[in-house]
Amino acid sequence: MIFTIAGKELKSLFASPLAWVILTFLQIMLAFGFLKRLDEFMQIQPQLVQVPNPPGITELVAAPVFATMAILFLFSLPLLAMRLIAEERRNQTMVLLMSAPLSMTQIVIGKFLGLLAFVLIVVGLATLMPLSLLLGGRLDFGLLASLVLGIVLLGACFAAVSLYASSVTAQPFVAAIIGFGLLLGMLLAGETAADGLRGRGWTIPAELAQVLSPLKNFESFGKGLLDSYNVVCMLLLLAVFLVLTIRRLDAVRLRG
Amino acid sequence: MNSQADEITVSAQGLSRKFGAHTAVGDVSVVLKRGEILGFLGPNGAGKTTTMQMLTGNLAPSTGGVEICGVDLLADPTAAKARIGYLPETPPLYRELTVREYVDLVARLHKMPKATRSAAVDDALKRCGLVEVAKKLIGTLSKGYQQRVGIAQAIVHQPDIVILDEPTVGLDPNQIREIRNVIRELGRAHSVILSTHILPEVESVCDRVQILHHGETVFTDTIDGLRKFQSGRTVLFGLRRPPPISEMNSVSGVFRAETEGDNLFRVTFADNIDPTDEIVRRAVDKSWGLYQITPAQTSLEDVFVHITRREENA
Repeated sequence: MIFTIAGKELKSLFASPLAWVILTFLQIMLAFGFLKRLDEFMQIQPQLVQVPNPPGITELVAAPVFATMAILFLFSLPLLAMRLIAEERRNQTMVLLMSAPLSMTQIVIGKFLGLLAFVLIVVGLATLMPLSLLLGGRLDFGLLASLVLGIVLLGACFAAVSLYASSVTAQPFVAAIIGFGLLLGMLLAGETAADGLRGRGWTIPAELAQVLSPLKNFESFGKGLLDSYNVVCMLLLLAVFLVLTIRRLDAVRLRG
Repeated sequence: MNSQADEITVSAQGLSRKFGAHTAVGDVSVVLKRGEILGFLGPNGAGKTTTMQMLTGNLAPSTGGVEICGVDLLADPTAAKARIGYLPETPPLYRELTVREYVDLVARLHKMPKATRSAAVDDALKRCGLVEVAKKLIGTLSKGYQQRVGIAQAIVHQPDIVILDEPTVGLDPNQIREIRNVIRELGRAHSVILSTHILPEVESVCDRVQILHHGETVFTDTIDGLRKFQSGRTVLFGLRRPPPISEMNSVSGVFRAETEGDNLFRVTFADNIDPTDEIVRRAVDKSWGLYQITPAQTSLEDVFVHITRREENA
C-alpha cells in the first residue's frame, strides 16, 4: 500500500516539468564540477607521484562531486517536496488519500519513499560519472560506497525535513521556502554550533546540534569513515521529521 | 435478503463541529439504510459539506460518533473508510494521470485484489460513461467529464455507502440528467447520500430528505412528506380588476397574500385548507376579471420559510 503511494508520487513528479528541469540542472552542475576536478587532477598528477602515499582519484575527483550534490539537494528537495503535500492540499486532492482506507503513517511514509526514489535516481546517475573513470584507472570502491551511503542518508534527511515543511502550509511556494530555510538553518547549526558547543563542554546542546545537522554528519562519510554515530544521528533526524509530518497532518484533520 | 434490505449502513448520532467560536454543525444525526438515497438539502453554508467531511473521516467531529456498517469510524478509521466512496465538492483528480490510470490508482488505494481490479475499473468506467475517454489525461477533459471521473472514483471499489457532495454542480442540463441516472442506479445496490441546494434534484432522485439550516436538521422525512409542503401550497391568481390586498387576505384559509406585479397575487394557503374555490367564487361575484390560476413553483426558500415558521409556532 505504501508502495502504491510511493509509485504514484514518483510518477506524478516525473509528469511535471519541474522534476525534469531539476534533474537536468543537477546533472549539468555535477558534470561540470566533475570535469573541472578531473582536469585539475590531470594537471597535478605528475607532482602527486612524488608525494609519498598520495590521495587517489576517488578522493580528489569523486568526493567533491558528492559534496556538490549535498548542497544541490538543499536547494532542490524543498521544491520537489512542496508538490507532495502542500500542492495536494491546495488542489484539494489530499481528500482522496484521506478518504481511502489508509493510515496517516502509510500516506506520509509512501510520499517520503516516492521522494527518496527521486534522490536514488539522482545519486545513481551521478555515481556513473566516477564509475566512468574505470575506463582508464582504478577506483577506491570503499570510499565510493561510503560516499554513496552518506549522500543517500543525507538526501533522506533533507527529504524528511522538506516533507515536513510541505505539511505546514497549503501554499506550495511558502512550503518550499520554509523547507529551504530549515535546511539552511541546519547547515549553519552544524557549521557553527556543534563544534563550538562541544569545545565548551556543553555536551547535550552539542549532540543536539549534531543530530540537527545532516551535512556535518555527512563530512565523515566523505573521508571514507563509516561511523555508526553519524548514521544514528541522521536516522534520528529523519524519524523525528517524519513523525512531525504525520502529527501535523493528523492535526489538520482534527482542526479542519 | 429481507434483513439485508433493512440493514443500517450509516448511523451518526449527535454530530457537531465547531471552528473556533463558530459552530458549523450542531447536533446532526444521520441514519441511512441499504438501498436508500438520502438527500442533504440546504442553502450554502448550512453545514452540508462539513457533515459529509465528518461522515467520511476527513474531519474529526467535536462531539458525536459515526458508525459505518457497524464499524466505529473514529475507533477503526481504515476499516470504516474501506466501505465508503466519497466525492468531495472539488473532485480530487490528478490532472496528470489518464482516466483509467487514475481510477485504477483509487482501486489500488482501496486494496482491491489484482484479480478483480481490472474488471472493477472497467465496470466503473462503463457506468459513468467514460469508456471512450479512458485513455485521455484528466486535465484535458471538460468539467462534466471530470465530474464523472469523480463519481467513478467514488464507486470503483464497490463501497456500501456512496457520499456525493453536490455532484451536479456546474454541469449542463444533459449532463445533469445523465449523472442523476447514474445516482439512481447506484441507489439500487448501495446507500447514497448526496447534497444539493436544488430542490427538484432531491425530488427526482432521493427517497428521503434531510434539510439542514444553520448547521441543524430542520426537517427530515420521505420525499412524499416533502411534497405535502409543496402541492398547492402557493397559487398565483391573475386578476384584471384586482381588489385591495386586504380583501384577499380576509378569505378564510389564506395564510398570506402578496401582490406580485400589478395584477398578480401570490397566495399562500394555511395548513390543510384549500381556499381556491372561495377565491374563484368571489372573483366571479365581484367581477375581478380572473384570467389565470397557476400553482406557483415552490422554491427551496418557500419550504424553508414554511418549515421554520412551523418550528416557531410549535
